[in-house]
Amino acid sequence: MKKIDFTQTPVIDQVSVEERVARLNTRSIKKSAKVEGLKLALNLIDLTTLEGKDTAGKVKQMCYKAMHPHDELPGLPTVAAVCVYPTFVGLAKKELGDSGVKVASVATAFPSGQSTRQIKIEDTKFAVSEGADEVDMVISRGEFLVGNYNYVFDEIAEVKEACGKARLKVILETGELSTLDNVRRASEIAMRAGADFIKTSTGKIQPAATQPVTLVMLEAIRDYYYETGIMIGMKPAGGISTAKSALNYLVMVHETLGNAWMNNEWFRFGASSLANDILMQLAKEAKGVYQGGDYFSKD
Amino acid sequence: MTRIEVLKTYKLYIGGQFPRTESGRYYPLLDKKKNVIANICLSSRKDFRNAVVAARGAFGGWSGRAAFNRSQILYRIAEMLETRKAQFIEELLLQGATKSQAEKEVTLAVDRLVYYSGWCDKFTAVFSSVNPVQSSHFNFSVPEPTGVVAAVASEDSSLIGLVSVIAPIIAGGNTCIVLASESKPLCAVTFGEVLATSDLPGGVVNILTGNAGELISHMASHMDVNALVYCGSDKATIKSAQELSALNVKRFFNWSLNWNDGSSQNPYLICDLQEIKTTWHPIENIGTGGAKY
Repeated sequence: MKKIDFTQTPVIDQVSVEERVARLNTRSIKKSAKVEGLKLALNLIDLTTLEGKDTAGKVKQMCYKAMHPHDELPGLPTVAAVCVYPTFVGLAKKELGDSGVKVASVATAFPSGQSTRQIKIEDTKFAVSEGADEVDMVISRGEFLVGNYNYVFDEIAEVKEACGKARLKVILETGELSTLDNVRRASEIAMRAGADFIKTSTGKIQPAATQPVTLVMLEAIRDYYYETGIMIGMKPAGGISTAKSALNYLVMVHETLGNAWMNNEWFRFGASSLANDILMQLAKEAKGVYQGGDYFSKD
Repeated sequence: MTRIEVLKTYKLYIGGQFPRTESGRYYPLLDKKKNVIANICLSSRKDFRNAVVAARGAFGGWSGRAAFNRSQILYRIAEMLETRKAQFIEELLLQGATKSQAEKEVTLAVDRLVYYSGWCDKFTAVFSSVNPVQSSHFNFSVPEPTGVVAAVASEDSSLIGLVSVIAPIIAGGNTCIVLASESKPLCAVTFGEVLATSDLPGGVVNILTGNAGELISHMASHMDVNALVYCGSDKATIKSAQELSALNVKRFFNWSLNWNDGSSQNPYLICDLQEIKTTWHPIENIGTGGAKY
């Protein structure tokens, strides 16, 4: 395998990235295309609850919502997965049964990642043993920022090994990486260390997912695919709460990576309130009148 | 070199900001001599939808404020309006009023705000009640704000009709989206500037300009709007708005009043946009002598 020098990853032209995002955002998606886009977006959601105050009841309710987003509207897909802390994985797995909705678990001392390697590996193994289909890990941002790229690489590789068959999503926490150059570099490290998905944020740090950051990561995935033929998934998370912005993200994915990525094997939204906004827009298209939050389940 | 006058762009007031209409549509406002005074935003249903989002977002904070604080803010709006009297008079003159009419209208608008400012922390006492019941309960009813209110202001006046519909709505803790008079919209936009400098949180009042016939069906059918106030008298409009309001059992009120008349200001307008909540609080025993709460 070719030896990679992570200090030499491509530099990013921030102004051009922002201009390209702005240009893509002018695409207009209306009527039946919008309905299809919204249904797809719903099917791409990792319905997420990652609060200190989470309870078994909250997780159960969210699992029901994942399988039955809004029964009043026929023909809706389920969401892609629910995303919870490792302690709730067993419960979520049981609740979701054979519905096809996957269980994703955060691990490796989420959200700060400030713990020992050993604990992070144990955390991952516990989540997988409870039945997690997917593991969302955080990278060590401190080590990354001081330039200790090998440390970050090795850690991801070890967690990947601990995952076994579970797919690994690597959270870069771009809100703490300062520059788009760093986002590109962290993406390269994660992909080459064995990530199945790269993910923007934990949702605990502002800014969370932004379009420029997502575009940089999508381009890193594209370049990696051209180089190796390996597909890597993408998951923007945090801060995407409106149906309109979800459609904007889908346009970016389609323009950058193409149709092969337009399904929940390769693209996800990490979100909690996005689902309801999409449902409200779908109901608006079906019934012809603007909807109100009172008529949709909260969790 | 002669100086070119800097003209004001009349925009909308949504969520504390002054955006243009998302539709990019405008209509020219003409004076008596058919000269264009200004281009006015012709709001679309999407502007209205955005305004509802802003109003819903502001509702929790505004309804949760102490009534006394709402009173202070309404008084502050009156203060701001008073200091900008000259500008409003000038705009009323442009829209065809005489000097004395214009002065009277602005003064009346200031006084009306002060009137409703006074009612903010008093109307609950007037409309609440303690109810006699046949069981050991302390039973009481209190008014609470309805929620997000859409309103179509009077077509006949530029300022007083707008202020008279906004004041009772927000005095009661509701947030609102108001469509200004189509033929006399200038003061509405300037009144937005008054609101923006009055400690009134963004989104509590949202002001649109445009055509009532185009927008009222969307106001009446929107599932996240809790009440609709129509200050007009068109029978067909009232009927269709009432029917559409039934979709989410929205309150519908037709305030077809002469706003220049003193009797048009009263606390019952505040009460229209309140829901009565009744509470049954268990107590030890009943009777006139020794009820223990």
